[in-house]
Formats: sequence, C-alpha cells, structure tokens
Amino acid sequence: MNLSRRTRVGAVLATAATIALIATGCSAGGSSSGDQKVTLTLATFNNFGYTDALLASYHKAHPNITIVQKVAKTSDDAQTNLFTKLAAGNGLSDIEAVDGDWMPKVRQYPQLFTDLASADNKGRYAAYKTAGGTAGTKLIGLGTDVGPEAICYRADLFKAAGLPSDPAAVSKLLTGDWSNYYKVGAQFEAAKTGAAWFDSAGATFQGLANQYKNFFEKDDGTTVATTNPDVKSAFDSVLAASATQSAHLQEWTDDWAGGMAGGKFATMLCPPWMMGVIQGDSPKVTDWNIANAFPNGGGNWGGSYLLVPTQGKHAAEAKAFVDWLTAPDQQISAFKTAGNFPSQLAAYKSSALTGATNAFFSNAPIGTLFTDRAKAFADTGVIPFKGIKYGAIMGAVQNGLTRVEQGQQSAADSWTQVVSDIKALS
Amino acid sequence: MTTSSLPTAPAAASERSPRRIAFSSRLSRWDLKLSPYLYISPFFILFALVGLFPLVYTGYIALLKFDPILHTGTFVGFDNFVWVFQQRQFWIALRNTLTIFLLSAVPQIVVALAIAAVLDSNLKAKTFWRMGVLLPYIVMPVAVALIFSKLFSDDYGLVNHLLSFIGIAPIHWHTDTIPAQIAIATMVNFRWTGYNALILLAGMQAIPRDLYEQASIDGAGRFRRFFSITIPQLRPTLIFVIITATIGGLQIFDEPQLYDTGGLAGGSNQQWLTLTVYLHNVGWFQDGSFGRAAAVAWLLFLLIVLIGLINLAVTRRISNNENRRTS
Repeated sequence: MNLSRRTRVGAVLATAATIALIATGCSAGGSSSGDQKVTLTLATFNNFGYTDALLASYHKAHPNITIVQKVAKTSDDAQTNLFTKLAAGNGLSDIEAVDGDWMPKVRQYPQLFTDLASADNKGRYAAYKTAGGTAGTKLIGLGTDVGPEAICYRADLFKAAGLPSDPAAVSKLLTGDWSNYYKVGAQFEAAKTGAAWFDSAGATFQGLANQYKNFFEKDDGTTVATTNPDVKSAFDSVLAASATQSAHLQEWTDDWAGGMAGGKFATMLCPPWMMGVIQGDSPKVTDWNIANAFPNGGGNWGGSYLLVPTQGKHAAEAKAFVDWLTAPDQQISAFKTAGNFPSQLAAYKSSALTGATNAFFSNAPIGTLFTDRAKAFADTGVIPFKGIKYGAIMGAVQNGLTRVEQGQQSAADSWTQVVSDIKALS
Repeated sequence: MTTSSLPTAPAAASERSPRRIAFSSRLSRWDLKLSPYLYISPFFILFALVGLFPLVYTGYIALLKFDPILHTGTFVGFDNFVWVFQQRQFWIALRNTLTIFLLSAVPQIVVALAIAAVLDSNLKAKTFWRMGVLLPYIVMPVAVALIFSKLFSDDYGLVNHLLSFIGIAPIHWHTDTIPAQIAIATMVNFRWTGYNALILLAGMQAIPRDLYEQASIDGAGRFRRFFSITIPQLRPTLIFVIITATIGGLQIFDEPQLYDTGGLAGGSNQQWLTLTVYLHNVGWFQDGSFGRAAAVAWLLFLLIVLIGLINLAVTRRISNNENRRTS
C-alpha cells in the first residue's frame, strides 16, 4: 500500500531511531579562517542506504561540517513529522526526505523550502523526476532514487509447477501484457503446488495504477477515479485474477511477511527497494530471483526526494550537502547498501552500477537488470500524475480490494463503497 | 512627671497602633482569603494553557476551512459539522468507539476488582505482586500494540496457533469486526487492568478492618463480606476508576492505529476505526481537512461529557439507593 511502502525494512532500524555521527577529534581551530563549525541534521525514513561511513566521508572532505542522521521508522511517520513541524514553524531537520507519493502535498508550499536549482544539478535527472521535485518555478526537491519495477519470483516454486526457473527463461515467459501474466499464473495454479501466483490484489493493483497518466486525477487535480473506466476495469480484472491466483495477503501486514518466508506465493511486483523488504522478511529463503520483465513493459513505484526547509539556519551548507548526497557516486553507494536505485542519469553509465549483483537473489545482475527496467519505464512514455489526493484515493481503493479478498463483500458491493469513500474525500 | 508621662505613652501608642493592627489584620485577611486560590492557581493556569485554550481553539478551527501549514482559514460556519454527520465512516467510528469501550472498560474493572481483592488478602511478598500487576502499565503502548498485533495475526499468529490445539478454527482477527475489536480491547485491558487494580487496592486498604471482623463474627463468608462491605465502601474509588476508564476508553488511539500496519488505519471495512483514528485520518490524509478533524474532535468531547454525565447520574442514583437501604 502506498502510504506505508517500505514500512518493513525499518523494523530493525526503529530501535536505532537516531544515528549520530560524531566528529572525531574535533580538531581545534578551523582550517580556513571563515569556516564555522556547522552540524547538519538529515531526516530520512526506513533505509535510504546512507551509512555512517558514507556520511563520515563528507565530514572528512569538509571538516567543518558534521552530519547527524535521524531515521523515522516508516514513510507515514516521516510524513506526520514533516507536516506537524511545518505547521509549528520550527523543529525540522536541515534536510528532510520526502516520499514521492506524498510529495504533491508538499509541493503546495514552495515558500517553505529552499530553491535547490543550480548550474551543477541541471539536467541530471529524467524529466519526470525533476518535475516531481518542482513547485511552480522552484526546484524544492532533489531526487534520491526511483522505483523501476521488475518481478521477483521463487525459483523453487516455479520448478515445482513445471515452469522454467532460470531468470532468462522466466523473463521471456513473463514478457507481455497483464493477461499474459495472469495466463502464466493460471498455468502455475493448475500445477497445484499449494502456493498462490501473487501476494495480493492490492499489490498487483499498484502495478497497474502506475501505468496510466491520469489514473485517479486530472492534471488540474480534479478527481476522476470514480468515473475513469480504466480504474474500474483495473479493479475488476485484478479481482478476477485474485479469485484464483492470489494468496490474499495484504501488503505490509504480519501475515504478508510470514507468507513471504513460508512460500505462500510465487511472484510479486518488485521495485528495487522491495529487494530489501524481501530479504528482511524471508532471510532464510535461498530461491528468490528476479525476472527482467514487467507486465505491459515498464512501471515505476516509489522514489524519494531530499528537501531543505527554509526554517533551518544553514541553507547554503545544506544545499551543497544535498547536491553531494544525490550525486551519482553516493546514489550508487546507497543502491549497494539498500537497493535504492539511482535517479541520476549519469549513474546508469557507471560500471560500479552496471556490475552490481545481489547474492541474496541468486546473484541476480541487479545493476544491468534495473537499468533495463528504468529504460523500459522511460520507453512507455507514461509519467503518472499524482495530485494531492492520490494517497487518500489509493487508500480507499486498496481497502476495497482487501474487502473482496477477505470475503467480506462482492466486487460490485465493494466498488460501490469505494465510490462513496472517494466522494467523501472532496 | 512620671504620672503625666504615663498617659502620653499609651496615647502615642494608640495613635500608631490602630494603623499597625489594621494593616497586619488586613494582610492576614488577604492571606486567609487569597492564598488558597494562590496555592491552587498553578493547576488552573496550566489547565487554561494546555486544556482550555486548545479546546476553545479547536472549536474555532472547526468553524473554518483551515490550512494547518500556512495557518490560514476561511469561515464556513457549521459546514464541517454538517459534513461529518453525513459521513458513513463517522457513524461506524462512533459505533466502534462505543463497542471497544464496552469490551475494554467492563471486563477491565471487573478483573481489576478481583485482582485488588486478592492483593488485599494476606499474601507473601506483597510488594512483589503489587509491582507485578503494574508492570504492563509501564510498557510503551506502541510496543504493546506491535506485540499484540503479531500475536493476533490471522495466519501466523500465536493465538490462532494455540486455538488450533483445542480444535477451534482460526479466527479472522483482522477481518471480522468483533474479533478485531476484542483483540484491541485485549491490548487496552493488558495495559490498564493492573493500574486500576492498584487504585482499587488503595481504596480497599482504607476500609476499617473492624467492619470485617464484626462481619466474620456474625458469620459472614468471604464473598458476603466482599459484596456487603468492600463494594459499598469502595464506591468513591469505583466512581473515580469508572470515570477515568470512560475518558481513556473513548479516546484510545495507539492500539487501533497500530493494529494493522497496512494502509489507512482502521481496517479495510473500518472494522476497528475509532473516532480518534478517524479524526487523524481526516486531518492528515485528506487535503485541507483540519477543520473537519476539529469538528470530529469537538463531537468526541461532547460524547465524553455526555457519557460522563450519565455515569455520574447512575452512580449517584445507586449510592442514594444504598444510603436509603442502609439507613
């Protein structure tokens, strides 16, 4: 579910809510005359892949600047924290991480954030990533990662069902549209392995929702979710498949995590940051692999931004630091740590990225694989529009899908309730 | 000389002394009149600051279409309240709040009373047992919610696993309304039962022991003594416990908010959406709805006042009846 994606990675991190990097030595006397000692606070959530070592290397290059990272457990927590402190007018960190899905709400207040545009970071990102960080004429957010989607699968379950299980063959098998994905799912179900084809209707619906330009809202922000035939047909087609192919395990629940470890489903839609979630929830499973394919070509799910609120005192230093932190080298380092796929175009050409593999996912060549997925997403030419109500509408639809999967309502009744819930949002 | 000087001295004294007496007596009169108010004023100053002001300000915001970030709003009158009354989810949240309150408050007080009675009897290592019942209270509610929602998982939860041993089919803790609410009430009870037990225990210890002695001489058994002496003597403490449990029970937030980590809190069909969770959802996850959330907050306040008054009336009635019977 949108609002709390990546909730699970951070479970362990929750206890270590604050990671402080202490300036070692505190050498007396600044190196240059004008330099003041500055401590910058950086607020992120879950796992951005910013290790102590990475942040310490910035301190090494800029001895007068010390970085302290605060890690919120979930994207939701970070959102509540940001808006509460924006309302209070103080208390925010010098740099705040914002999830792409609630970035539209933040973009309503460009006057509260520093303009991060510079000659240095012009043209570093794909156009949609820059657009996502732009409010009016101001660039208020620099992109950290993007979420080009692939499909993660369990090789052992594929084998048990008599399907090909090596990544090249699976990629070929799954290349096609959504009906192809469900068709292979039907073959898988026919083999009666005891496992389902995918985790839940809600997760699968996310994949579809991210493939339309104006799925829930028009460009001017008007809600069209209840009248857009694409939404209704996505709702119905996902539920039709879910009746026979879903494990009915709602994303981010404890049962979903348990089902992942227990082999209750064979495939799941997989943006790069999901790799960390899967590894965290099913650390003992050795059969996970990634297919270089996605229904209908490509899609993007997730990706965040770093912002500098104007209430901070060190805007200039913070701006320089954000520029550095979102530069290709640091993005690749974060990718290797946490699977957050770089958003900078230059990073895709680096051999450090293209050579990356993931031991947990059967040594999948994640560098080239997700570069291909990012390209496939760019090739679709569709950049989903997400307005200020996107998260709330998605919440209503996800609840509707869950009601049907839980057997509480028929698809038709559930849709009626979805429509009334969405109307209540206006 | 000496005699003539004598009257002058008292005269001089009497000239000065009335003023002195008047001033000091005025001081002491002020002292008598004002200092009690001065002594209790910190509470009222604090209450005005953190209780009354937010209450009034929330009421003001409830009349606006309010942007919480820029602190700007346009006056819309009672539109927010009208909107809230038209929401299906509001009425479901109201129903859930009342049922979860009943599911938690009633067993909580009954069990707390039983625990207090046991602790009041002659136990070895008294302090150990008393501290023991308070232990759940010092655990963070968030931690309680996280642990219990794992225990109550539908497929992999410990509770369903244990139930399977005695041949009970898995219960859909996250799907069916009543089981979900029982699970949440369990968390609330886990946290508050021990606390209430200690307060009731304190009340029990204040009951004169000779009442019990007389009763046992008259041949009253253990249960008879409990119902005829302990319960009536405990009435003021019970009223306090019931009223605080009401206020707390109608405002529970952490437990339902964290019961399920997926999506908007409250369940796919609002099975465990309480009023506080609903107002949080309206305020944070819908654009510009702080005014509506404030309206929900005020309605919740009125509900608590209403139920508090009913509580008071009922307990007063009972105590009057008791008095008439005993007199």
